Amino acid sequence: MNVYLSLFLNFLKIGAVSFGGGYGMLALMRETVVGNGWLSEEEMLNFIAVSESTPGPIAINMATFVGASQGGMLGALCATLGVILPSFVIILIVAALIRNLLKFRGVQAALSGIRPAVIALIAATGLILLLETLFGIRHVPTDVAPDWRGVGIFVGVALLSLCYVKWRKKRLSPIVCILLSAAAGILLYYPWAA
Amino acid sequence: MREGDAVKKLKELLGLFATMFKIGLFTFGGGYAMIALLENELIAKKQWMTNDEFTDMVAIAESTPGPIAVNSATYLGYRRAGVAGAAFATLGVALPSFIIIFAISLFFDAFLSLKAVAAAFRGVQACVVYLILSAGVRMFKKMKKSALSISVFAVVVCCMVAFSLFAVRFSSIFYILIAAAVGVAVYLIAGLCHRDPPAGENTEKALDGAENGAEEGQT
Repeated sequence: MNVYLSLFLNFLKIGAVSFGGGYGMLALMRETVVGNGWLSEEEMLNFIAVSESTPGPIAINMATFVGASQGGMLGALCATLGVILPSFVIILIVAALIRNLLKFRGVQAALSGIRPAVIALIAATGLILLLETLFGIRHVPTDVAPDWRGVGIFVGVALLSLCYVKWRKKRLSPIVCILLSAAAGILLYYPWAA
Repeated sequence: MREGDAVKKLKELLGLFATMFKIGLFTFGGGYAMIALLENELIAKKQWMTNDEFTDMVAIAESTPGPIAVNSATYLGYRRAGVAGAAFATLGVALPSFIIIFAISLFFDAFLSLKAVAAAFRGVQACVVYLILSAGVRMFKKMKKSALSISVFAVVVCCMVAFSLFAVRFSSIFYILIAAAVGVAVYLIAGLCHRDPPAGENTEKALDGAENGAEEGQT
């Protein structure tokens, strides 16, 4: 299939079924971009980091980034339009016709199932990425190949965030986490000897 | 007279575009971070919405699929100025992202080929894994706990991790569809058990009782 059409349709699908904002669409986004061979797992994590540290909705940032990497300007347009269009149409319908959407018992009932499922998708994606990128566990049976430096950075960021919440009673900004771990990455991964 | 109306309409549209462009440009960290900024801009400064309307808008934006920022922008735009308003507001919120990310994508590969940058990003990858996992944990803590929500959460996490380990392909779309169906099924079964439940504690109890049955039905 034409790459532009494929980008548009895949992101249309992501926009149409992703509940719960930017992180909520990561599970499907990961399946799509890694499954289509558009990005490796590591490249996707890089893109998420850039999307987090630049302004704007993560979903749009990711769509533009993936689209641009696969098909330049036109690819970026196709992917971004694709991810926006379902929202636009659904919200128009809701705002114009069914303003009391959330008052329907059936809708509430469906959402009572969807909400925990979306949170589970985010948590499970985090767990799978933890196993794959930090411990080298993809599919069983497998050899465990831990990346100790990565594990160290993960634990370091986790401890720092926890302490910060305890002290300052608010969350450490994700951008600060990303910048600190970038510094740690240079210290630990840079081939200083060479 | 007619012309005056047209000018007024155009001003309204451009105002929507400019406001949402500003919000798209200054929000870091996605939809939830945007809500605070929107609240300040729409209620306090512009007085485009009342508090109740704003709460309704956020509830709808969170409960429908798609990026929360886009959902809010479309909703606000439509309420202020119809379909054209929705288009201008949505375009406004998306455009800063598009321009900035597209510009970055042009030199990202060259940037990554620097050894120090590649090393930095290997560190960042570990951090992003933490950010995703902690978002999941934080949302779980905030989640309204009921037998239904906890079992859906547990089943989906276990299935997804297990399927990934055993290389079973199962799209996450199905988890969402099945979970929606389970939610509706539990509601219907609860309704059957209590023909005329006075909305309140009775329904809650019925939910708890009915839900094991529904869970087994779908696995």
